[in-house]
Amino acid sequence: MKTRPIRAAMAAAAAAALALTAACSGGGDDDGKITLSVGLFGDFGFGPLYEEYTKLHPEIEFEERIAEFADHHTNLTTHLATGSGAADIEAVEVGYISQYTAQPDRFHNLLDLGAADLEGQWLDWKWQQALSKDGESLIGLGTDVGGMAMCYRRDLFEQAGLPVERDEVSALWAGSWEDYVEVGRLYSAATGGDSFFESSGNMFRAMVEQADEGVYDREDNLVVESNPAIGDAWDLTVEAIEAGMSNRLQAWTPEWNAGFNEGTFATIICPAWMTSYIETNAPDSAGLWDIATVPGGAGNMGGSHLVLPAQGDHPEEAYEFIEWLTAPEQQLKVFESTGNFPSTPGLYEDEALTGLTKPYFNDAPVGQIFTAAAQAVRPQYQGPLQGDVLATIGQGLGRIEDGSQTPDEAWTQVLADLESF
Amino acid sequence: MTIAAKRTADPTGRSSPTAPRRFQLLRYRLDLKASPYLYIAPFFVLFAVFGLFPLAYTAWVSTHEWSLLSDAHVFVGLGNYQTLLGDRYFWNALGNTLSILLLATVPQLLAALLLAHLLTLRLRGQTFWRMGMLLPNVASVVAVAVIFSQLFGRDFGLVNWVLESLGAGRVDWQSGSATSHIAIAVMVAWKWTGYNALIYLAAMQSVPREVYEAAHLDGASRMQQLFHVTVPMIRPTIVFTVIVSTIYGLQIFAEPQLFGGGGPNGVTGGASRQFQTLTLYLYEHGFNRGFEFGYASAVAWTMFLVIVLVALLNYLFIRRIRSDS
Repeated sequence: MKTRPIRAAMAAAAAAALALTAACSGGGDDDGKITLSVGLFGDFGFGPLYEEYTKLHPEIEFEERIAEFADHHTNLTTHLATGSGAADIEAVEVGYISQYTAQPDRFHNLLDLGAADLEGQWLDWKWQQALSKDGESLIGLGTDVGGMAMCYRRDLFEQAGLPVERDEVSALWAGSWEDYVEVGRLYSAATGGDSFFESSGNMFRAMVEQADEGVYDREDNLVVESNPAIGDAWDLTVEAIEAGMSNRLQAWTPEWNAGFNEGTFATIICPAWMTSYIETNAPDSAGLWDIATVPGGAGNMGGSHLVLPAQGDHPEEAYEFIEWLTAPEQQLKVFESTGNFPSTPGLYEDEALTGLTKPYFNDAPVGQIFTAAAQAVRPQYQGPLQGDVLATIGQGLGRIEDGSQTPDEAWTQVLADLESF
Repeated sequence: MTIAAKRTADPTGRSSPTAPRRFQLLRYRLDLKASPYLYIAPFFVLFAVFGLFPLAYTAWVSTHEWSLLSDAHVFVGLGNYQTLLGDRYFWNALGNTLSILLLATVPQLLAALLLAHLLTLRLRGQTFWRMGMLLPNVASVVAVAVIFSQLFGRDFGLVNWVLESLGAGRVDWQSGSATSHIAIAVMVAWKWTGYNALIYLAAMQSVPREVYEAAHLDGASRMQQLFHVTVPMIRPTIVFTVIVSTIYGLQIFAEPQLFGGGGPNGVTGGASRQFQTLTLYLYEHGFNRGFEFGYASAVAWTMFLVIVLVALLNYLFIRRIRSDS
């Protein structure tokens, strides 16, 4: 009877497998614990806050998933469309938020979950950005805003014979972006052609973010061709490229990351969140970077919201958490640990915020600098494909940078590419 | 096995078949006839579910204006294919793909042939060398692409550092067409050369010794032996590697995508689309703004046809090896 033991063994194995799967699937909510998944791009500095929240609410646990910036939003859109795979809580960057407010039924309406009473807590425009067109549903609560400043390398400025102290540096280009380009010329001349900034796309974007109207009008029509602010920004950027000021880097690439430490460029547009990026990317350059004001007035670049996809199973718990997480006290803690600037104006008078300095940036008063930047921001309407439009124009500038096209050819192709949007 | 055991144990007792007996007989016949099909069925079922069905469904989707973002799917017939053939970015992507394919496959297979030839010689630590060949292939594509992208970096890349110290200028590998194709081809070749070399080696070992001895007596050098004896003898294997590399090469995605970096250049294959391959073109339309699955499906089917065509051409080309010998 050779068959018996084999069969018995197989039956036992099958039973064990069944038992195992049962055990695995039973481990979830049965013990009263709820695991909230949080989908982010990059580190938002929430780590210690999860722990703090779990202490307050022992039944809640967290699982953080971090993806790259572009992948994160692509994945989120796919998960929303297919109805599964999204985290309970997802971060959305401002360049993508209109794309999602256009389909509010894919998200839990936070107005129904208790956000209706909290409107005054955020900057007005931050709140508006997460509202659907009809104003009936709110899909997200604001985390940080990206009021702009200009980060610069003190050592490189000194070598080029330029002023080094932040007030003097700010004064260099206090007038306009034209002044900034002039300083760039001086810098290039003094250093024998070193790059003044990292990528022309970023400079272009900063100028566009400062305009009253960006790449879309309020009816969601693309106005790239007709908006004079865009044309002016393009022309000035091209001028800077032709003067050889750009380091021709592309954001988020290894070369770009290395540039912060190696000093291949002297300035970079610095929204508040960029400060922590520089700090973690160039730990050896402490004291070399400093922060001045940005030319051309105030503007917002970046910043995020936390949204709750409708497919999530724990809307109440998730909402309660993000309400806590985006409350002024917690936003202040995030600012202190990472530099992401709060979107709640209640804090802007708070000494704990305005008094904050960053040793890495030569003790720059980041609290003051970014409070002033955030308060001066005039909101600009963000259209549905904001991020993609800016990326397409940025690529046009990239083609001028690498010499494959003349400015006119690049502009023509940008307009042709935008036709397909 | 169990059935056979039962069968020999059972028929001893009864001579006249009763009802349960007949049932058993029936079951036995059914077992004999149907079981083989049942055993191979899982493959075909899986193939139908994960291969055939998606293929057919993709064809169906490709005839629609089908965006992931909206629930309305409008039938447009061959409209997507028409747009596709009229899009110069598609032809650009096709050109890039073929260029990278040539740059990657031809040197790679020649190198594999030479390496395999070297491995047939008596070497010390034979197993070590042979296993070493396979190591690049075991590494994940993403890891390979990330590391090579850094090696080919403009400012801090090792390749440029070497070029510079040799007195040659720095190269902005990413921004040029030819340079970016070369960089990507190197990644592909690095990963697959060893793999193909091992396959050639296996084939070479089945070539009879006598043939070489005869060639040797006729005064053929080692190189002549390789190209006039070995290559014709392992022709089926060469056909296999050429076709497999072609199929792989026409579908490369991770290498150009990661080479382009995290931003929009990773989707369009550089600011001028200088290294956008067909798969990246598909990705741009299917998994980006718009999420145009209908159009992306049309791209997928067109790619399928291109692959069949190129594989066929390759096959015809390689077949000539025999007539030469």
